[in-house]
Amino acid sequence: MRIVVLTKPVPDPASGGERLLPDFRLDRANSPTVVNGNDEYVLEKALKLIEAAGEGEVVLLSMAPADAPETMRKALAMGATSGVLVTDPALAGSCTVATTRVLAAALQTLEFDLVFAGVDSSDGFAGVVPAGVATLTGLPYLSWAAEIEPDTATRTVRVRRISPTGYDVLEAPMPALISGTQALGEPRYPSLKGIMGARAKTITVLSLADLGIDPGSVGSPGATTRVVDARPPEARAATRVIRDGPDEAARQVVDFLAERRLI
Amino acid sequence: MGDMVVIGELAPDGTLTKLSTEVATLARSLAEAAGVGATAVIPVAGADAAAAELAEFVTSVVVDGGAGPDATPSQRAAVVAAGLDGADHVLIPASPDGRDLAGALSALTGWGVLANGVAARWSDEGPVVVQSAFGGKLVTESAFIGGHGIVTIRPNAVTAEPLGSPGTVGTRATQPAGTIAPVALLDRIVAENAAVSIDDARIIVAGGRGVGGPEGFGLVQELADALGGAVGASRAAVDSGWIPYSQQIGQTGKIVKPQLYLALGISGAIQHKVGMQTAETIIAVNRDPDAPIADFADVLVVGDLFDVGRAMLVELRSRSG
Ligand SMILES: Cc1cc2nc3c(=O)[nH]c(=O)nc-3n(C[C@H](O)[C@H](O)[C@H](O)COP(=O)(O)OP(=O)(O)OC[C@H]3O[C@@H](n4cnc5c(N)ncnc54)[C@H](O)[C@@H]3O)c2cc1C
Ligand SMILES: Nc1ncnc2c1ncn2[C@@H]1O[C@H](COP(=O)(O)O)[C@@H](O)[C@H]1O
Repeated sequence: MRIVVLTKPVPDPASGGERLLPDFRLDRANSPTVVNGNDEYVLEKALKLIEAAGEGEVVLLSMAPADAPETMRKALAMGATSGVLVTDPALAGSCTVATTRVLAAALQTLEFDLVFAGVDSSDGFAGVVPAGVATLTGLPYLSWAAEIEPDTATRTVRVRRISPTGYDVLEAPMPALISGTQALGEPRYPSLKGIMGARAKTITVLSLADLGIDPGSVGSPGATTRVVDARPPEARAATRVIRDGPDEAARQVVDFLAERRLI
Repeated sequence: MGDMVVIGELAPDGTLTKLSTEVATLARSLAEAAGVGATAVIPVAGADAAAAELAEFVTSVVVDGGAGPDATPSQRAAVVAAGLDGADHVLIPASPDGRDLAGALSALTGWGVLANGVAARWSDEGPVVVQSAFGGKLVTESAFIGGHGIVTIRPNAVTAEPLGSPGTVGTRATQPAGTIAPVALLDRIVAENAAVSIDDARIIVAGGRGVGGPEGFGLVQELADALGGAVGASRAAVDSGWIPYSQQIGQTGKIVKPQLYLALGISGAIQHKVGMQTAETIIAVNRDPDAPIADFADVLVVGDLFDVGRAMLVELRSRSG
């Protein structure tokens, strides 16, 4: 079985360094880049499925700046087999429409039984790329997976999709595209052996020309949205600290709730 | 400028979601500012009761049965795309289904998406959408290039306001644009411990690692009941198996915007903060006065959550008589 995992390099949310440049583009120099959190969960699931099957490959697919291999190595160290990086100077400033088109075009050059993606990314939170990629590639799309069970004999895949009240059991023929979250299980830490081995793994680099995509249709020239303003959020009022004993503290809190008409 | 379309969405039990009424209210006010019409589309056959409810908020509602009863959000998107009829902007609830629909609709139309908007206003160029970026560290305003686009709106960002007199309801069955690969719905499982949904709760009482175990969530639940709210949790509590993932708030859980967020034994890590920092009032109980949540709570009670929580219950119960 071959599983392609869409992995997006994002600024590390824990670094606190994410900011925009004066032209409202991400200042990539100011925070370290990591693999998007949700992508690590689906990658973990892909690795477990391959291990359980005793055969197969997990291929990473990223669209990112030219220094992305550094970030992809971390995912390769977890156990992915190889990587594909679509990078091109003309991609700078791409919106989700361009990203979706590029990832869909790159998938057409690969062979796979399943494609995994995170439900959303920690920098954009858009959560629209996976459904878009599935639409453009004609793949069945199963989202919000809490469990993924492929059946190689029948060439179908079953997914438990998180619903507001529980979950839905979905089924589709393979190949299919599945998005998932943390509910799939904690990602592993790379072993020392994994980290050493990752250096020797192949990352294939593709340009827009390799995919037959017109550079003018993506990046800043092809963007469908633009940022017109960015500012820090309104500061919250100073915190009122209550250090009295429980009964007095409770009285003050309930008074405060009454003042704000919350009870 | 063409009209504005707003997508109405149903809960699993077939009722209209509250978020749909919020998004419809926003679409109505944007359309008024733009001098264009606003039409709500519910792309689910037979959603007549929900349509009547949505017509309280927008002058024209259409139930489009083109996608069949068990259609996926992507298949519904294909029906919406085919029925756009000169409209230039589509507003969609930023729910899991809504995001799927928005992603597929964007791919079908080539229109851009401004996701998870918390507000929007009309400008000469179209809607300007306010979003929270990088886990709330920045507030951005964005516009579309090219005169059309898709906006998704977060729960509790807009207050739903009914019209003076309800709008009209119509039905149609639009032939979908393009072929979307079908997905079979085999079963719908209602979780045994299905809790009150936190998505659009007015009050959330959330517990973290400090709650100490599943029994500790008994007190969290009692406080939620006393306040008429829902129970939420940090990831540490979910990972420990004390409460289901559906209640997790934060980066990989839900983003909520209640009027009151009462955090018990939660440190306020950045990944948790991004899910709740826009709550109107934040009250935290933590025995560590230096926990990160002290920096963004309105009120911090320094103390043991069990002692303070029980005392609050007594106080609340005595006041409700
Ligand atoms: C990729 C990624 C995604 C993540 N996504 C999320 C997410 O969606 N949501 C989320 O919440 N976290 C998320 N996290 C985890 C996050 O970083 C924190 O680890 C988590 O939020 C901590 O939960 P906590 O506050 O309950 O626990 P802790 O940080 O351990 O805090 C417990 C607090 O309880 C206090 N306390 C203990 N006992 C008592 C008592 N008896 N009375 C009063 N106070 C007490 C302590 O002083 C402490 O401040 C994510 C992390 C990563 C890496
Ligand atoms: N540039 C990218 N490269 C690879 N995968 C991506 C990229 N952008 C988005 N994705 C995938 O789509 C998911 C949702 O991203 P988004 O729609 O940007 O929130 C991510 O978790 C990735 O799996």
